[in-house]
Amino acid sequence: MPDMTYAGTQVSVTEEGFFTDPDQWREEMAPQIAREAGIETLTDRHWQVIKFMRHEYAEKGTGPSVRALSKTSGVSIKELYELFPKGPAKLAAKIAGIPKPRGCI
Amino acid sequence: MSIDAAIASGVIANGKIEKVSIIVSKGSLEGIYPALIMANGARAEGIEANLFFTFFGLDAIHKARHEHIKLATVGNPGLHMATWAGGLPGVSSVMTHYLANKMEALDIPPIPEFIEMIADTGAGLYGCKASVDLFGLARDDLIDQVKDIITVGEFYDLAAGGQIIFT
Repeated sequence: MPDMTYAGTQVSVTEEGFFTDPDQWREEMAPQIAREAGIETLTDRHWQVIKFMRHEYAEKGTGPSVRALSKTSGVSIKELYELFPKGPAKLAAKIAGIPKPRGCI
Repeated sequence: MSIDAAIASGVIANGKIEKVSIIVSKGSLEGIYPALIMANGARAEGIEANLFFTFFGLDAIHKARHEHIKLATVGNPGLHMATWAGGLPGVSSVMTHYLANKMEALDIPPIPEFIEMIADTGAGLYGCKASVDLFGLARDDLIDQVKDIITVGEFYDLAAGGQIIFT
């Protein structure tokens, strides 16, 4: 399992770069993870989604599907794909330091 | 083409699929859903996706019909029911309704919502010109999310450099 250093702290991630222990994640790590995933700047809208991902994970133990994410976060699917072009559920989960969601929808 | 040649030519980048073009040729519920799930799943992975609706698959993007897509209960051995029973009036509707409830529980949207959602992900929806002509349809018969009605040749241009999936 590779280790990464974000915001000066060493964390464990999977081969794909997802946190293995979401408790190691802190907000100040997010911009660097985002840059590595191709998102230069995190806007307020990005943060709304990231915080929602953290919240969903804390409640349910897994990240939401894109559909559930859109329905409950108040960010439309169109905007989610504009914010996270390489796949909203996957990318937002990575930046939010939670495991990769495994849903098919 | 060898894998090395495919990587060199950009068809495969880093061993990952970059683009899929999915042909939807059937108008039954079990004919349409797999294609929609594949397309939506591709976009969720950051893969470019196009859908090409041909023959009875056009019903999936037909304004008046896409809310009424039914499960085939005749000639469908996967249902494990007698063929004559599948042909009784109302059986297809009841089975479709039953499946719709199970899908909703699994967060799988109904076909009209699913198609709209897939268009919102940035996937391209296209109607097949030959089929539109065959069935006497016009652009207005199809949902607004459809980008264009295109020929087979134009489909191949669109699909160039990616994978093609036929359903």
